[in-house]
Amino acid sequence: MLSSSLDLGPYLAVAVFFGVALALSLILLLASFVVAPKLPDAEKLSAYECGFPAFSDARSKFEVRFYLVAILFILFDLEVAFLFPWAVALGELGWFGLISMLIFLGVLTVGFVYEWRSGALEWE
Amino acid sequence: MFLSDPGTFLASLAFWILAIGLCASALSVVLSRSPVHSVFFLIFAFFNSAGLFLLLGAEFLAMILVIVYVGAVAVLFLFVVMMLDMELVILREGFTKYLPLGTVLAAILLAELILVMSLPRDNTPAANNPVTDINNTKALGELIYDDYFLLFQVSGLILLVSMVGSIVLTHRVRAGVRRQSIYDQTARAGRIRLEDPGVGEGVHWDV
Repeated sequence: MLSSSLDLGPYLAVAVFFGVALALSLILLLASFVVAPKLPDAEKLSAYECGFPAFSDARSKFEVRFYLVAILFILFDLEVAFLFPWAVALGELGWFGLISMLIFLGVLTVGFVYEWRSGALEWE
Repeated sequence: MFLSDPGTFLASLAFWILAIGLCASALSVVLSRSPVHSVFFLIFAFFNSAGLFLLLGAEFLAMILVIVYVGAVAVLFLFVVMMLDMELVILREGFTKYLPLGTVLAAILLAELILVMSLPRDNTPAANNPVTDINNTKALGELIYDDYFLLFQVSGLILLVSMVGSIVLTHRVRAGVRRQSIYDQTARAGRIRLEDPGVGEGVHWDV
């Protein structure tokens, strides 16, 4: 059914790792669930001493500037993603590949300079 | 039948685990009540499909799926979700209004899927390259920067446009914000003078 061109041998270790991680996290969760004493009380969940009940839901709308930071992160993330296959294949690509990547990085550096100068990276 | 070859058996096992995980989490994205939970199920779906890509031999795609989709796009989705009003009553308001349009779109998608599945299939593996023993990251690298030079540069331009666009749309410079200026704050040149105040007199100093 699966004609895998990839040798999955190295990924066996990853699979074992995931299995161990899953088992360990399940053990930790279940152990605290089973072993810990449970004496539920409404007072334990109430605001303590000088605390006060919450005014509103914690998930309120927040400022759009966080979104700007995230989207700039994604753009540079993508830029770096282009660098990986380039780095692997650079030996075969030669000068043309180098220049091609330099143009790409140059274009994005223009954006980076604009970003820096416009103050988008600063948090006042 | 699978047990004759342990490698094939393991690959099939992994395939079924990932496929079931993918379908279950994709269903949960649609069905879960809280949008935040939907985003987390979406992240899990991305992980599962990355595993499926890995089984197909598309190593690079799998890693990029994890880096870009899980690392970045999921964060973006979380932000979008958090910018929504979280009132579930309001979210459910449009359900009947959008039901006809949604049904039509779902029917079109289903028809497309059935058409694709009923096409005669080409069974030659696409990712295999029997002649040269070359991994697909390297193969991609040799194609993108050389054969597809123009498309590569266009993608750079698209990244530039989205960078500039997001800054233009969301960045506001506020007036009257006092920024830190380390040079001005620590510079001493021009601010030091020697004074010899007389007895009982002060020094007048205006900055």
